[in-house]
Amino acid sequence: MWTWVLHRITGVTLFFFLIVHVIDISMVRTTPAFFDRVMNTYKNPVVGLMEAGLVAVFLFHALNGIRLVLVDFWSEGPRHQRQMTYVVVGVFVVLFVPFLVRHLAVVFGG
Amino acid sequence: MAAPIIETPRSRPGGRSPRAGGNFELNSWLFMRGSGVLLVVLVFGHLFVNLITGEGIHQVDFGFVAGKWANPFWQVWDLAMLWLAMLHGGNGLRTIINDYATRAGTRLTLKWLLYFAVVVTVVLGTLVIFTFDPCADPSSTLSVCQAK
Repeated sequence: MWTWVLHRITGVTLFFFLIVHVIDISMVRTTPAFFDRVMNTYKNPVVGLMEAGLVAVFLFHALNGIRLVLVDFWSEGPRHQRQMTYVVVGVFVVLFVPFLVRHLAVVFGG
Repeated sequence: MAAPIIETPRSRPGGRSPRAGGNFELNSWLFMRGSGVLLVVLVFGHLFVNLITGEGIHQVDFGFVAGKWANPFWQVWDLAMLWLAMLHGGNGLRTIINDYATRAGTRLTLKWLLYFAVVVTVVLGTLVIFTFDPCADPSSTLSVCQAK
């Protein structure tokens, strides 16, 4: 149940970010100087932390989405859905922790 | 005491056949799974190249985007990501509106707003990918522009 709720919340979050992201990248059609100024927003430490949050949101939605596909299409899926939830959490940690170390080093490393 | 009759979830009052409206909902259900699997691959690649390799987020500037879109591979990659993600997300929000907006007027308004946002974003993004010219600025110092 909580994965279902989280899947919806993360999905809505990603959708609204995507609209913002398409708009900010569209600034590449203005001038290089203005585009670089817009991109500098992403390099701000506070926004850098929000990016990490967004990657976490994406990772959960992606991994849980794969679990949903397996539940729907793999004949053994429904029987293993609970174990697959633990796998989602495990893979999430395995992927997100190294990303966080790398990303924070980039954001705060100057 | 007779057992109460419980309607099948999401069935229409009056027991209209779920097939009556065609297979749209089945197709959209399938699309969510198919596009979802593709998006996992596309977005993982996108995040890996833009945030992990090189200097991470610090490398992303005008020259970085110009370098990527000079290659048709990344143009197609980003185009596929844009269309699939907007349709996947748009369809997801449509489901959520259907589930939570109980008044017909609210539902209609929200869905029109949603469709408007999806169309504008997809058209904008597509135009940007195909009309981008790194040398539009005559004073550009990018090496690709000085070769001309």
